[in-house]
Amino acid sequence: MKLTDRITELSHLDRSLQAVQARVPMDLQIKGMHLYQRLKRRLTGRAAEPRFIEYPLPAADAVPIEALDPTSPFLYRQGLWQSYFKRLRDEAPVHWNGHTPFGGVWSITRYDDIMTVDRDHERFSAEPFIVMGEPPEGLDLAMFIAMDPPRHDRQRMAVQGVVSPRNLQEMESLIRSRTREVLDSLPLGTPFNWVERVSIELTARMLATLLDFPYEQRHRLVKWSDTAANLASATGGTVTADEAFSAMAEMAAAFTRLWHDKARRIAAGEPPGFDLISLLLTSPDTRDMIERPLEFLGNLALLIVGGNDTTRNSMSGGVYAHHLYPSEFAKLKANPELIPNMVAEIIRWQTPLAHMRRVATRDTRLGGQFIRRGDKLIMWYASGNRDERKFENADAFIIDRPNARQHMSFGFGVHRCMGNRLAELQLRILWEEILPRFDTIEVLEKPQIVQSNFVRGYSRLMVRLTPARRQTS
Amino acid sequence: MPAVTFVLASGAIQEVPLTEGSSLMEIAKMHAVPGIDGDCGGCCACGTCHVIVDEAWRNRLPPITSAEAQMLAIHAGADPGSRLACQIPATAALDGLRVRVPDHQF
Ligand code: HEM
Ligand code: FES
Repeated sequence: MKLTDRITELSHLDRSLQAVQARVPMDLQIKGMHLYQRLKRRLTGRAAEPRFIEYPLPAADAVPIEALDPTSPFLYRQGLWQSYFKRLRDEAPVHWNGHTPFGGVWSITRYDDIMTVDRDHERFSAEPFIVMGEPPEGLDLAMFIAMDPPRHDRQRMAVQGVVSPRNLQEMESLIRSRTREVLDSLPLGTPFNWVERVSIELTARMLATLLDFPYEQRHRLVKWSDTAANLASATGGTVTADEAFSAMAEMAAAFTRLWHDKARRIAAGEPPGFDLISLLLTSPDTRDMIERPLEFLGNLALLIVGGNDTTRNSMSGGVYAHHLYPSEFAKLKANPELIPNMVAEIIRWQTPLAHMRRVATRDTRLGGQFIRRGDKLIMWYASGNRDERKFENADAFIIDRPNARQHMSFGFGVHRCMGNRLAELQLRILWEEILPRFDTIEVLEKPQIVQSNFVRGYSRLMVRLTPARRQTS
Repeated sequence: MPAVTFVLASGAIQEVPLTEGSSLMEIAKMHAVPGIDGDCGGCCACGTCHVIVDEAWRNRLPPITSAEAQMLAIHAGADPGSRLACQIPATAALDGLRVRVPDHQF
């Protein structure tokens, strides 16, 4: 058989696969898709997935500006990101590199230019995907973060209620009691990994609540989310397509069960909860979402990925920032009312997601550069948040920074983070509960940084706590 | 002196003098009106300067642009009187305007 015939045959298969989607259990579909994609890869000889091997990157000023490549998943770990982005902001704020491992990429690095792109969804589309590389074929879930209006608006409105002010109010006391539980269980005076014991634990509990997921299985949510966010082909992470397929199949099976179980309970007269599944089941637009598997999975995956390592890494990042700027911790202890502004500053300083991607919908100009229709643009929030044109002394962590709230970490425009108030709430409560408990949070060694050009995260942050001296009154 | 009235979520009332050349969001921030965040600095890109305009004033304000309409379209708390305060220039003609601040910004 000629290669072209094989491909035609495969595209028939593509179509028939879509037709059966609505009838076959979702996890089996994903497994089937996986086999099919492996077969297709073998038949068409598509390039194997990228694998990233770490080596020392050149210093920012050691290469000509055209060759500077900020897409390496090791840039943050090697402590080079600030110098790379500063050089780009100063010398080439709208910068083209045609030869990155992720193809040709425009890097947008100044605050104002990023704002221009993020606001303009007509010129710069979020479709088909919002990170640097591509998802494995067959795993391109339908998520509204990667859709343009009006489809985006309808789907976002359908799920937005899960983080509505009313819901957040209901959740506040639950979040607080869980935060207390976790903090009260920490060892005093002995080293432990803050990432594992606090950041991951608290976000896992939160996700289980948002989805009304079996509480004792909450760590599965973390695993799926980590898998989805750390694909080598998409963000330079360590996860292969095969691993992603099997995690997604597991997730699909669990969520399908959750959906049907919830539907049965609601049908039997149980009042719907304030979790996402209840919300989807009781809204006319989304009641039948289970029949559109990629959309169903996409929405759930978006919520667990969106709410997982972002908040987690802000919880770790805040502790690390205070370690690097000890006078800020003293300032905080003297003025606990600074907590809300400090939370914004932590999120600015950490920038848990380094970038979002857009694609130009037409030939256009930006910052004096000619951008072609179809070109990929990377909005580097991590750089915009350190743009000295916008933030004075931008690299420093300053908990009473007057314009901290204007950070870009939540993005801007129609895709602005839907969970931003929930994230702020979780972080505010965490610090409100830390202050009366601990006198110091000593960071014992340099934290370990994850491999990614997208997630700016910590895998290990060893700390030692000293308890607060009880005040006698 | 020309002024606008913000009805706060708590029911309290705060009168703020109009400073020409800025926006309704900016004068609210200048006078620390609680509940107006203005996180994007007035770029019509965050929706955190949401106010609800008194019925009597709705037709007397500059029309809603498509950018403002798009941000309001994804706003769960949107109401027929909803506006983004950063998109309303502060001019003396607004003297007497009354807007309500919602109990939460998104
Ligand atoms: C500090 C924590 C967080 C950060 C830094 C963050 C960051 C972001 C960013 C950068 C975007 C895209 C913005 C754009 O394209 O302009 C986004 C969108 C989104 N986030 Fe978050 N996020 C956080 C927490 C959360 C939480 C807790 C949830 C879950 C409830 C969540 C759910 C979402 C959703 C659903 C979207 C898609 C919104 C849309 O496309 O309309 N995020 N987030
Ligand atoms: S200040 Fe951001 S929309 Fe008005």
